[in-house]
Amino acid sequence: MSALVTESPAIELIDVSLRFISPTGASLTALRNFTMTVRRGEFVAIVGPTGCGKSTTLNLITGINKANSGQVKVMGKPVTGSDPGIGFVFQTDALFPWRSVLRNVAAGPLFRGLPKEAAYTKAREWIKRVGLVGFENHYPHQLSGGMRKRVTLAQTFINNPQILLMDEPFSALDVQTRIVMQDELLDMWSSSNASVVFVTHDLEEAIALADRVYVLTAGPATVKAAYDIPLPRPRVTSEIRYQPEFIEISRQIWEDLREEVQISYARTQLATA
Amino acid sequence: MTIDTPISANGAVHDAAERAAAAAPRKRRQLILALRLAILVVIVGGWELASRTHVIDPFFFAMPSTIVQQLWTWIIEGTSQGPLWGEVLVTLEETVLGFLIGAVLGIVCGIVLGRDKLLADVFSIYIKVANSIPRIVLGSIFVIALGLGMQSKVALAVVMVFFVVFANAFQGVREADRSLIANARILGASPLQITTAVIVPAAMSWILASLHVSFGFALVGAVVGEFLGSRHGIGLLISTEQGLFSPAGVFAAMIVLAVVALAADYLLTWAENRLLKWRPPSFADVRG
Repeated sequence: MSALVTESPAIELIDVSLRFISPTGASLTALRNFTMTVRRGEFVAIVGPTGCGKSTTLNLITGINKANSGQVKVMGKPVTGSDPGIGFVFQTDALFPWRSVLRNVAAGPLFRGLPKEAAYTKAREWIKRVGLVGFENHYPHQLSGGMRKRVTLAQTFINNPQILLMDEPFSALDVQTRIVMQDELLDMWSSSNASVVFVTHDLEEAIALADRVYVLTAGPATVKAAYDIPLPRPRVTSEIRYQPEFIEISRQIWEDLREEVQISYARTQLATA
Repeated sequence: MTIDTPISANGAVHDAAERAAAAAPRKRRQLILALRLAILVVIVGGWELASRTHVIDPFFFAMPSTIVQQLWTWIIEGTSQGPLWGEVLVTLEETVLGFLIGAVLGIVCGIVLGRDKLLADVFSIYIKVANSIPRIVLGSIFVIALGLGMQSKVALAVVMVFFVVFANAFQGVREADRSLIANARILGASPLQITTAVIVPAAMSWILASLHVSFGFALVGAVVGEFLGSRHGIGLLISTEQGLFSPAGVFAAMIVLAVVALAADYLLTWAENRLLKWRPPSFADVRG
């Protein structure tokens, strides 16, 4: 572990700008002079108003989108395209509906060429880990939303990702299930060495989970402020949100975020007027 | 149960309610069956009656009894071309061969073009043109080029099937969920693995739906091919009976074809349910 200290950060975005050209030829600036660093093993959350370009930052890290200027580095190296060390949890349900839970969890190892038996053995361990023993042969449509998310987490963590990107993964869940899943995520993350970038519009979720919270401006997105969250770990997300420190931090960050949300809201009002 | 009477009384009420609830759909099914039978009796009986009383001319429209007689003769004594089963087998062989070749070609082309934007853009215009031609007229060309044997009928069945399956496979590939493809890529799938593990299963329900329709098309292709020129098959039988001014024969051949088509449909439905068992049951399935 001591060797890691001298190594480069897990993710660096240095002065990145990104423009999209729409089919009609209009150009839309999604990110402007965006700088962010994620240290190895760190849990970073990104919050910002709706549609400000939060997800775009994740697409830059996976290489789906290319920056027009600036640098994007993963583990000290420029992004090339498909990095096997990256895991991605999508906002939408991205489980394969025609695969059973077992074959969904085993998908990554199978794609990466592990023999069937070894992949299934590994998948069973992860199914046990997320508490879905007995559901191995169920299909996704037979599971609840929370159970499907557990399968998704197992499917992602089985590949032992060095970098874990999460795009509003729990936004479709009800509040109770969401809190349970947050605790599960922290538990799985603490026994891995993954660096996490967690995009959310839920400020409390960001504070409860992260070591650092980046607040983005209304689009074009740039970093408005970054906050360290000094709450001790291990955290229990269902309880932490009632602690005075937590409330104080969220009040501070909300001051920042509120302005941006209002700007963003005013724009949509203008657009629809 | 033995001590607490209110609960058991309550339970009895429940049981009665449950029985009533279970009986309702059964009654409905019986009603539907009875109505179906009634319609069959009215149509067949009405036809027979109208023919026998010469309201319609039995020379042109036959009547159910003569049709059954004709069928019986074919089954017992065989047709003018040989035993009925032999003729059915010839038509079935042409249909199945044409269906299989057309379906495989359609699926492969649909997936390849669905995956490759450039190929799709280049070929789309030709496929549109080819699709707009009434393909049944190609039968004449096939009979000229491939002769009176089985090949010309198989070829016609192939073109009938190909476009339907192709269009569905292509659409199915195009409709494949983007986030599933992205997920597979992140999990480490190669482009080939994405095709086999995501695209093909995603397109499967589209493809299977088209197979249902296109088996009927294959049968049409085979029968029309036989009609246009052949030595064996149900199509030839129909054409012969037409030449003999025997409407009973034409209807009897139609019934044979209908039985073949229905049997194939049951087989395909069975295969579809097995292949798509991951799908949530639809509303209609739950009720039925």
